[in-house]
Amino acid sequence: MKILVLMKQVANKDAILRINKDATWIEEGDLSHEVNESDGYALEEALRLKEKGGSGEVVVVSMGPQRVKAVIKDALARGADRAIHILRDNLSQLTPFVAASTIAEAVRAENADLILTGLQSDDHGFAQTGVILAELMNLPHATIVIEVDASGENLRVKRELESGWYQWYSMPKPALLTIQSGISQIRYATLKGIMAAKKKEIREVAAATDDAGQASQRITKIYFPQKSKQTQFLGDGDAKKGAAQLAEKLRTEARII
Amino acid sequence: MSDGILVFAEHRAGAFNKTTFEAIAAAQGLGAEIKKGVTAVVLGAGMSDLANEIAAYKVEKVIYADNEKLAEYTPDGYADAMERVVRAADPQLVVMPHTYLVRDFAPKLAARFKKDLISDCLRAQATNGQVVFSRRIFLGKMDADVVAGDDAPVFATFQSGAYRSEQAEKGSAAAEVETMAVEVGAVRMQPEPAFQEVKQAVDLTKADVIIAVGRGIKGQENLALVESLAQALGGEVAASRPICDAGWLPIDRQIGSSGQTVAPKLYIALGISGAIQHLVGMKNAGTIVAVNKDAEAPIFDIADYGIVGDLFEVIPVLTEEVKKLKG
Ligand SMILES: Cc1cc2nc3c(=O)[nH]c(=O)nc-3n(C[C@H](O)[C@H](O)[C@H](O)COP(=O)(O)OP(=O)(O)OC[C@H]3O[C@@H](n4cnc5c(N)ncnc54)[C@H](O)[C@@H]3O)c2cc1C
Ligand SMILES: Nc1ncnc2c1ncn2[C@@H]1O[C@H](COP(=O)(O)O)[C@@H](O)[C@H]1O
Repeated sequence: MKILVLMKQVANKDAILRINKDATWIEEGDLSHEVNESDGYALEEALRLKEKGGSGEVVVVSMGPQRVKAVIKDALARGADRAIHILRDNLSQLTPFVAASTIAEAVRAENADLILTGLQSDDHGFAQTGVILAELMNLPHATIVIEVDASGENLRVKRELESGWYQWYSMPKPALLTIQSGISQIRYATLKGIMAAKKKEIREVAAATDDAGQASQRITKIYFPQKSKQTQFLGDGDAKKGAAQLAEKLRTEARII
Repeated sequence: MSDGILVFAEHRAGAFNKTTFEAIAAAQGLGAEIKKGVTAVVLGAGMSDLANEIAAYKVEKVIYADNEKLAEYTPDGYADAMERVVRAADPQLVVMPHTYLVRDFAPKLAARFKKDLISDCLRAQATNGQVVFSRRIFLGKMDADVVAGDDAPVFATFQSGAYRSEQAEKGSAAAEVETMAVEVGAVRMQPEPAFQEVKQAVDLTKADVIIAVGRGIKGQENLALVESLAQALGGEVAASRPICDAGWLPIDRQIGSSGQTVAPKLYIALGISGAIQHLVGMKNAGTIVAVNKDAEAPIFDIADYGIVGDLFEVIPVLTEEVKKLKG
């Protein structure tokens, strides 16, 4: 089975975000990046499906500037067989329809049996790229998937629904699934894997550059959310002092102790 | 010419969910601002009763799209039916609740119009006829104002809780229900009945005090610290999703949209950023305490008490102080 995995590079979760000069995105210059959380689980699931099937290929697809090579190399070190890097400089105003269209063009000829994506990106949080890609490639899809059974003729997948409900779906292959984090435990890259990755193919593809006209949405401004609650901040930057004050507040004000 | 607002009414097991009425409130509010009428859409098979229920709300019309393939939700069936309705009604704006079901089919629907969704919006405001949508980005750390391109229709989804369902206005008389026999093509997905996992081993809804940890705890070995604080306070340990995903705590200790929803007297969030999917599970707690080294972490938005600092400094001191006060 040939499995494509879409992996996006996003700002590190612990990074301190600063707003850029024209307030349309964050300052990216000195930002540290990491792989989008659910995409890491999508890769793990792809590797496991290949192992269970006994044969096949896992191809990582990432779109972005040169820095996304870090995500690609890490995926190759964990066991992906090769990669497609769709070169694209600025992702900040990239809409999911344009993103999915660009990815569709780059991967169509692969004729994969399965495409896995994360369920949403941690930066834009559109939750759409995978589903739109499925539509553009005329594939059936399922979202928020937490278990995959690819052993039969048809795929059988378990979807998470709201408030503790689940549902199994069957569909023919090829198909596209958006993966929820926690589907399985993610493996680490081994030293052997890191060495092997150096020999693996990373194919660069140029993305169509002028697609601004197609965008169906545009960010005009970003800003820190307005606080809705009056928070009493304790300790004044001194965590230990804050802790002592908190214990006192829990007794005198909140009356919990 | 494209005109008016279409609002998608979602139902499951014969009932509309609360977010549907929130979406209606959002559509009505926007309709009043841009002076456009609201039409509601219900999809189903032999479910005209449900359409009549929506007709009691202040809408110009209810379109009830009927096809036996819509008896159960599938993305293929819903995308086909909604596409037919949107093409027939030719609205300026399509409003939907940002539920798991909408996330599953609406991007597909929008793609048929060569578009995407302005998804998971918190607010929408019209100035000079131009609607500005606000949505949260970076897992709740920032807001973005977004405007749509020129072509209709614009597809927008609203986050659960962004509008209040009670604000959905009832009409003075029942609106007209137009039944539309929609065509639905081949449906490739076969759903099995929805189910719930076996009863949770731990029922956190009964706990008065919950000490919740997030990724800030760094490693499983540090959970002992949290347990000793929980013991001192007589509370239960809970966690954000990544902690349970990593297997550091069992899933029945997860709080949030895909975990448990709790409302204890005291909720202490340690190293949790405060993504919306976590907040929906705990925002009704009596007293909320947040400890986070990032002063901009969204968890502080809903905290009564906050400590900006390292949880590894806070927890031991807090545990000792609590023990002392409890004697
Ligand atoms: C469909 C869907 C369903 C979801 N369901 C849930 C759910 O049910 N429950 C849930 O929790 N999430 C859920 N999520 C995930 C959610 O979006 C967030 O990714 C998750 O809640 C983040 O967890 P966190 O706050 O622990 O981690 P992070 O967002 O990584 O935050 C860690 C925080 O710890 C702070 N920190 C780091 N080190 C320290 C230190 N030494 N001292 C103090 N602070 C420190 C950081 O500043 C940061 O704010 C869901 C997501 C989706 C898309
Ligand atoms: N630039 C990109 N490169 C690779 N994959 C992407 C990219 N953008 C989005 N994706 C995939 O699409 C998923 C959903 O993203 P989004 O629609 O932005 O929430 C992500 O989890 C990724 O798997």
